[in-house]
Amino acid sequence: MMVGQALRDPRRELTIFRNRMLVAGLAILVAFGVLVARFVWLQVVQQQYYHTLAEQNRISVVPVVPSRGLILDRNGRVLAANYSAYTLEITPSKVPNVEEAIDALSKVIEVSPRDRRRFRKLEEESKNFESLPIRTRLTEEEVARFAVNRFRFPGFEIKARLFRSYPEGEIASHAIGYIGRINDADLERIDQAGLAANYKGSDHIGKLGIEGAYEKELHGVTGSEQVEIDAGGRPIRSLSRTEPQSGDNVVITIDLELQKIAEEAFGDYKGALVAIDPRNGDVLALVSKPDFDPNLFVDGIDPQNWDALNNSPDKPLNDRALRGQYPPGSTIKPFMALAALESHKRSPSYTIFDPGYFTLPGVSHRYRDWKKGGHGRVDMHKAIVESCDTYFYGLANELGIDAIHDYLSRFGFGTRTGIDIEGELPGLAPSPQWKMQRFGQKWYAGDTVSVGIGQGYMLATPMQLAAATAMLANGGIPVHPHLLKAIQDAKTHEDHPYVPPAGSRAPIVSAANLAIIRSAMEDVTKPGGTAAQTGAGASYSIAAKTGTAQVVAMKQGERYDEKRMKREHWDHALLIAFAPADNPRLALAILVENGEHGGSTAGPIARAVFDYYLTGRKPVIKSLPPPPETGSIQEEEEHD
Amino acid sequence: MINRAFDFLARRIDGPLMAAIALTVALGLTVVYSASGGGSFDRVLSQSRNLAFALVALWLFAQVHPQTLMRLAFPAYVAGLALLVGVALFGEVRNGARRWLNLGFTTLQPSEVMKIAVPLALAWYFHRHEEGVRLRDFALAGVMLAVPVALIAREPDLGTALLVFASGFFVIFLAGLSWRVLLSILVAGAAAVPFIWPMLHDYQRQRILTLLDPTQDPLGAGYHIIQSTIAIGSGGILGKGWLNGTQAQLDFVPERSTDFILAVFGEEFGLIGNVILIVLYVLIIARGMMIAANASTVFARLTSGAITLTFFTYAFVNMGMVSGILPVVGVPLPMISYGGTALLSVLAGFGILMSISTHKQLVSS
Repeated sequence: MMVGQALRDPRRELTIFRNRMLVAGLAILVAFGVLVARFVWLQVVQQQYYHTLAEQNRISVVPVVPSRGLILDRNGRVLAANYSAYTLEITPSKVPNVEEAIDALSKVIEVSPRDRRRFRKLEEESKNFESLPIRTRLTEEEVARFAVNRFRFPGFEIKARLFRSYPEGEIASHAIGYIGRINDADLERIDQAGLAANYKGSDHIGKLGIEGAYEKELHGVTGSEQVEIDAGGRPIRSLSRTEPQSGDNVVITIDLELQKIAEEAFGDYKGALVAIDPRNGDVLALVSKPDFDPNLFVDGIDPQNWDALNNSPDKPLNDRALRGQYPPGSTIKPFMALAALESHKRSPSYTIFDPGYFTLPGVSHRYRDWKKGGHGRVDMHKAIVESCDTYFYGLANELGIDAIHDYLSRFGFGTRTGIDIEGELPGLAPSPQWKMQRFGQKWYAGDTVSVGIGQGYMLATPMQLAAATAMLANGGIPVHPHLLKAIQDAKTHEDHPYVPPAGSRAPIVSAANLAIIRSAMEDVTKPGGTAAQTGAGASYSIAAKTGTAQVVAMKQGERYDEKRMKREHWDHALLIAFAPADNPRLALAILVENGEHGGSTAGPIARAVFDYYLTGRKPVIKSLPPPPETGSIQEEEEHD
Repeated sequence: MINRAFDFLARRIDGPLMAAIALTVALGLTVVYSASGGGSFDRVLSQSRNLAFALVALWLFAQVHPQTLMRLAFPAYVAGLALLVGVALFGEVRNGARRWLNLGFTTLQPSEVMKIAVPLALAWYFHRHEEGVRLRDFALAGVMLAVPVALIAREPDLGTALLVFASGFFVIFLAGLSWRVLLSILVAGAAAVPFIWPMLHDYQRQRILTLLDPTQDPLGAGYHIIQSTIAIGSGGILGKGWLNGTQAQLDFVPERSTDFILAVFGEEFGLIGNVILIVLYVLIIARGMMIAANASTVFARLTSGAITLTFFTYAFVNMGMVSGILPVVGVPLPMISYGGTALLSVLAGFGILMSISTHKQLVSS
């Protein structure tokens, strides 16, 4: 209105000014009105929403990891325990150059090449945002030294953590198993089981053995803590806490002392031993040699140790007791004899004449007896005591493979015993159907003859042999071998003892027939038997049967001569036994790889175990002579 | 004796305005204590020292006669302009912006000087053309305003440029630039947006985009706004209580003692606190407007009006940005935020208001 025209009237100028001030004043009121409306919107209407966001900001729920249950032997001796220690962990994503940082760290505290290797392996396997241990079990002094230099190491953190330890080292390692860091496969299983919440904060899980099988009980229930955090994620104070529920203790059936004696008795031999209480299926000792130190796995095994264990030709990680499938050799003979008695194919007094070999009618092939010249006239008792092959060739032929398969299956051959740890293999009780399926070939009479002495297609694990032996010992009642003795409830401190699976407790063979076999097995450890040395001087009687499993097949007309063979091709020695024969409390199956004769190498092991278990006498360990690398083995009176 | 000392201190001090100022700065110290984490008086003491300087400046400006100020206005403007050119040529770069001039004995941010020098110079200019203001005069005034604003915006310092522009614009507005021209400028400005947009710095563009949708960049530019709205919103009507704001005390609110102090205040004192603060500001502004309306010269009117409106702009822009309705332009909350420079220029401005209010009888014609 006044553009281009001079303002001459000061009054008019003042009016315009005051008008403008009025407009500005109104604008100001509107502007503050908008602000007040905005504050009402935020602080009244949306207050609940922003309150929730603020709480989410400041409260972080942190898992509180429960302490893992202990593993105890049947007498309460600790086999797996926890201890608290400091670890130094690195979150690689927060460290620009991890290698350089570790170099710098090694000037402050010791970082061994093994630590570095292990860290690198963990780093490859993990997600970037995880924190991974570079050093474990720091001493107080190391913790202090690091703390002083802490500012130089962003992304490094000292953590107090519970560690698993296996105080007995290698002892019973295959039964106990071990825990290791949770890997992707474990995570998937945890997710599928719907346990993801319970494993928040846990970075270890049971991998094998009891640690793996009773993971659920041992792990416990994860607690949680509501922590107030600042914008940098640093905890300020605890708001509330749900205590974790410690894992249950697992008491296992292993008798630590017996286990030690059994392991020592093996000396440097490889092999396996399973000791079962025939009355209830308790596994009292479970040996697989060589073994390993489960402590190596606890903080993540380093590549060097892993390679050493994994690539060793001796396969220390392989549980021979559950996964070693061997021809049972002559240890199968008591079961064959029992099958013949039960199916009325042989009477105990029936005799054959053994010229030293067996032939099928109309076939020239000779199935040799181990004893050149033969055993002469042989009845069932003598056939077991002297382990006469010719007798059992004929017996098997008469029984036929179907009956053999039937009776062997009743004793559990060819199926897993159901022992309560992972990894068991089923062995093999062969049948014509199996052969057709596996090889597309029909079953020959000669196949049956070989099975008669536990060779040919027949395979059994030491665990199966032990379970079957326990059935001979307990009067033919089915046995369910198991390692769990009781779960000690961490909350109520009550013991929940092992509950055997429902099933028939009725003997599967007649007591009279069983008595015939047991009496023969008793005489195996008496003078004239194949394990006479094993029974010599014992204050109790031992029922046993020796066996030999061929590692390489002999050609027709070839003689086994260990002096000309590589050691790893020497026969495996086997022994099944139970004692006291009249009231058995312990049944054993022993396999000694390349041990040749059941009586000479497996026998002393059996005797040491029985002596301790039945008389409490700790044998002055007359451990086996070290297996000779080459050359001859002493002449033995005992034979198989 | 005490009476005489009081009389001396109260000389030319506007009572109502001073009372409102005193309440506001006291509130400010309380919030600064909380915003610095509580438990430490370091920031409160340091802010008290700033306050002492600012009060001295207020008192000194209140004693200066408006005529004297008017005489100094243009030379101050020219000097400020020279300093801005100096900054553009030899300024120190801090945080990616060239805002400081090293004078050897001290460093100076000349844009702060311009917050007062620009409105004074423009008021002086219109006062000189009291007898008749033509459109041409408005155009020249526009140039006087545009040059320093452009120099400050180039530093870049968008927040200060905006405030300097506002202070100058208010003088022009109050001097009576016609609505038609104002509207034309507004339309032209809106039309210029597509051309100005590409000239903005990335961070300036980001600030505007972030305002439109803070969730777009929740960890980067949007973090400030998201956290400050959470803080204010979660405060509710009554607030969480002094020193009890979780967002503030746990460090979720960034720059919580300076530009974003309103988030701390709003969280701990709630809607009631916010309304009380707005009422205090309205009282101060209302008193300022009264002084302006009653001022006896054109210079005094325009100066006091512009100072008052600029103060409003400070408060509104800060509260708007912290509550998420305006873009984030580094403007502190007047008399509450921690920091000496802004407090000094605000209280110095109030000193001028008081001078105008108490000297008017002497110059009434």
